[in-house]
Amino acid sequence: MKSLLRNEAVRFVLFSAMILALPALLAGGYLLNVFVFVGIHTLLAVALNLLLGYAGQISLGQAAFFGLGAYASGILTATYGQNPWGTMVAVALAVGLLAFLVGFPILKLKGHYLAMATLGFGIIVYIALNEAVDLTGGPSGLPGIPNLSLGSYVFDSDLKNYYLIWGVTLATILLSLNLVNSRIGRGLRAIHDSEVAARVMGIRVRLLKVQIFALSAVISSIAGSLYAHTMTFVSPTSFGFNFSVELVTMVIIGGLGSIYGSFLGAALLTLLPEMLRAFQDYDIVVYGFLLIAMTMFMPGGLVRGVPELARRLLARPQKGKADA
Amino acid sequence: MLEVSGITQRFGGVTALDDVSFRIGAGTITGIIGPNGAGKTTLFNIVTGIYTPTSGTVHLEGKNVTRHAPERLAAQGMVRTFQNIELFGKMTVLENVMVGLHTRGRSGILASALRLPWQIAEERRLREQALHWLDFAGISDLAEIEAGNLPFGKGRLLEIARAMALQPKVLLMDEPAAGLNSRETLELARLIRKIREEGVTVALVEHDMELVMDICEAIVVLNLGRKLAEGTPREIQENPDVIAAYLGEG
Repeated sequence: MKSLLRNEAVRFVLFSAMILALPALLAGGYLLNVFVFVGIHTLLAVALNLLLGYAGQISLGQAAFFGLGAYASGILTATYGQNPWGTMVAVALAVGLLAFLVGFPILKLKGHYLAMATLGFGIIVYIALNEAVDLTGGPSGLPGIPNLSLGSYVFDSDLKNYYLIWGVTLATILLSLNLVNSRIGRGLRAIHDSEVAARVMGIRVRLLKVQIFALSAVISSIAGSLYAHTMTFVSPTSFGFNFSVELVTMVIIGGLGSIYGSFLGAALLTLLPEMLRAFQDYDIVVYGFLLIAMTMFMPGGLVRGVPELARRLLARPQKGKADA
Repeated sequence: MLEVSGITQRFGGVTALDDVSFRIGAGTITGIIGPNGAGKTTLFNIVTGIYTPTSGTVHLEGKNVTRHAPERLAAQGMVRTFQNIELFGKMTVLENVMVGLHTRGRSGILASALRLPWQIAEERRLREQALHWLDFAGISDLAEIEAGNLPFGKGRLLEIARAMALQPKVLLMDEPAAGLNSRETLELARLIRKIREEGVTVALVEHDMELVMDICEAIVVLNLGRKLAEGTPREIQENPDVIAAYLGEG
């Protein structure tokens, strides 16, 4: 069983099966809707993890790419009646190109400076979404975005959107797993460990960083388009600085440099606020406390911390047996 | 093969290197020695493009490569190792060497994500080549170990295997014997000779005089940022200026 789990293909099939079977367990309730968002957040967290967890480059502006995808899809389909699928692809490519152009100057920066620059980019986009009232509807948002459809089949329920979004997310996970286990993935990890050594190995560090930044923007933009068509309404508050920070938290809590960790982080941070409703006014305090505790006691993230915890819990009763 | 002429490097008011010139012949092993602070590592950083010199030029096979970036120089055959081994600690030993083969592959993001057939074939080829270089350095049994867990001496061998994977024309080694015990140093000397037999020109900065005198055909001595002497090991050993510098009389 354990050696089977080491096999990448087996793991992916098991994970996909679990995801595809989940709606049957949730029986169409309110949680199904939450898991639609887990799918979108996983997509965003995987995109950021390629940049942050593998290449070691921080971005505090990921919500901007998400927002640009959502708004561009929303405006072009709702206001201008374009085909949503074609729009999604065109928008993703345009956002990728934008990220490429923005990335070239700012990915020269490192650490805190890069954080500041991406933060600045995120704020500019946020302000633009608020101020370009004629296009975006400003702070009151953009309504009337159509659901996606295939012929006469319309993705208008939680269940349909669940399979649509998770289909895209699973495909992205598969492609990302391939990517991180390739020449490109090794290049990214090399940059993360030692930029000088990577350059001396002939890796064109700057270009590779910018490429992966653009790729993460493309994926985030697709997530944004899917979000817009699922919600049929977007407003700027979903794409602010807070959400960028939440994405970074998902990646770190889940596990830097682990694709499945991104799913765990996204799932936890999406489900936790729902589960903490019982604490009412104190939920945000408990939420903060849990995040601090997890970063302290599981520095490798959930993906490494949970198996470790399980191993310890399982080891204890055996010890008791030996004593008796 | 490698020609350094009139290299001067100033950092603020400090002159780290002052008008240093020398030539390294193809297929030789050359030692660059000198007391601490002589400017040896600075010189390596200039030759491999990590620093840009204040003035002077570096030529590789007659081509001016003075302001080339490290990644470009690496692709042109100028490869180095570091004094404090710079391995990719969280990758396996094999993956480290495969990073050294980065320029031998050409699959990009799309081909890698989609696992196109030629990308799979390329990965297999890179893997085989990586194993060859691990075998060359005598550490193929460690292929699947995480590089960060290697003992220091093996880490040094891995760094050399990884550098060889780039199939350099010139290999610059910054204190390869530092931190090695005497048995490991002997192994290293054998490996360096083997590297030369592959047709690679070797230059090393080294403090271990026994090793330098043993394997080098030519020696360049630096002192306080200037070239003090140049010659065969015997000439250097008998040079009064060198003796004075090492004994601190200069």
